Amino acid sequence: MQLTEFTMKQRIDDSRMTDSERREKKLELLEAPIQVVNVGLQCFSDDLSSQGVKVVQVNWIPPAGGNARLAALLSRLMD
Amino acid sequence: MIDDTSVPGRILVGNEEALGRLFRADPVLVDVLPAHEAIPNLTEGTILHAGPPITWDRMCGPMRGAVAGVAIYEGWAGDLDQAEELASNGSFDFHPNHHFGAVGPMTGMTTQSQPVLVVENRAFGNRAFCTLNEGLGKVMRFGGNDASVLARLAWLRDVLGPALSAALSSSSGIPLKPLVARGLTMGDEMHQRNIGCSSLMMRELAPLLARSVKDHATLADILTFVGSNDQFFLNIAMAMGKAVMDPLHGIDASTIVTAMSRNGTDFGIMVSGLDKQWFTAPVEMPKGLYFPGFTDADANPDMGDSTIVETVGLGGFAMAASPAVAGFVGAGSVSEAANTTRMMGEITLTQNPEWTMPSLDYQGVPTGIDIRLVVETSITPMINTGIAHREPGLGQVGAGVVHAPIACFEKALEAFAGRLGIA
Repeated sequence: MQLTEFTMKQRIDDSRMTDSERREKKLELLEAPIQVVNVGLQCFSDDLSSQGVKVVQVNWIPPAGGNARLAALLSRLMD
Repeated sequence: MIDDTSVPGRILVGNEEALGRLFRADPVLVDVLPAHEAIPNLTEGTILHAGPPITWDRMCGPMRGAVAGVAIYEGWAGDLDQAEELASNGSFDFHPNHHFGAVGPMTGMTTQSQPVLVVENRAFGNRAFCTLNEGLGKVMRFGGNDASVLARLAWLRDVLGPALSAALSSSSGIPLKPLVARGLTMGDEMHQRNIGCSSLMMRELAPLLARSVKDHATLADILTFVGSNDQFFLNIAMAMGKAVMDPLHGIDASTIVTAMSRNGTDFGIMVSGLDKQWFTAPVEMPKGLYFPGFTDADANPDMGDSTIVETVGLGGFAMAASPAVAGFVGAGSVSEAANTTRMMGEITLTQNPEWTMPSLDYQGVPTGIDIRLVVETSITPMINTGIAHREPGLGQVGAGVVHAPIACFEKALEAFAGRLGIA
């Protein structure tokens, strides 16, 4: 919920910017040191790490490895 | 509040009952007996093996080597060629150890005249059995079958087994849960490292043996054999695991894994709420470190009933307690060992309050593998294991880690859902 509220506020702030302010902000993003939290595929983390970027890897895969039938069964077996 | 009659409610009740039985268990080493005396219905010509059921034609090299060796040991065959001929023409009855209340490491050969450790779960009255550990090097559990292997088995049968039986009969038995608790604080995880518990067991046994073995030279041989075998306790831990887990079979709607085992060809699991049905998949290759002169090209796929120690929350699940093992099996750094235990926490329902790990601020070992959590997360049980040479008769070539195949758990989940009427 906090993330959603934050995202909404960000969007409102963004909508009040002029085009040049938006361009400037995008440039800031590209020029600042990148901080990454990668959720899922490890290889994305590995590629960034090999380029000296600090990455926090969050191991995640879809429930039941993406097998829809097993995921459906799990939804009825879990509370 | 969950409705006890709903599917999740029934599972919750079933799993609480299963965990209650697991924690109430009181496994005690009570005796060492010839297998035909200890194990009901273990008759001549019957060979118990590790893992789920398998026929001779599907057995891997080391399993075949061990079968041939044990047939000579029992006097059923004169040489290896005759033993293989008898095995292939159906002269022997092959059954899993697990079907007889037993477990066996690696190839897991159990036959009528071998001495077996007897562990009694005094909370429930059931008994479980495991052969004595043969030590390292060329041994039958890794498929060894030459004269030195058979001579050691004969000594276990004729000298060590009767001596341990006499020693234990002069005691009220050796309670195993407190011993394992101390072993965890001494760096054991009870699968690939048993130095602490083997030493503690030696402290218990030595005075009993000194009183019961009259011949000093024999006593010296026994104490030397047991005292120089770091893995002596492994087989005791396995019988303990089996004695602890067996009362969990057959609990309505419990999703807890009650056995994991492999025969070098297939990996199999049993689940509490699914009676004693096996769910199998092809076994995986261990990844690890090899003794000098051997490589992964020499390795046999994983095998043994020893995964009963992971089933009860030890072995790979207790990796954080045993930093030395992480290096020995090539599983990475000490911090990675702790991560392994944390990962196993993702697929278990609770922690064992009696078996704690100092390095994790005395957290209990992850306990109660839930097939739902394995399938949901795709995290599979990690097992510390020895690695056998793929050819018969050559023995151990290394040690490593291996994962249980996810397909076993997926098949079990489908069967479990069917049992509860969920299509």
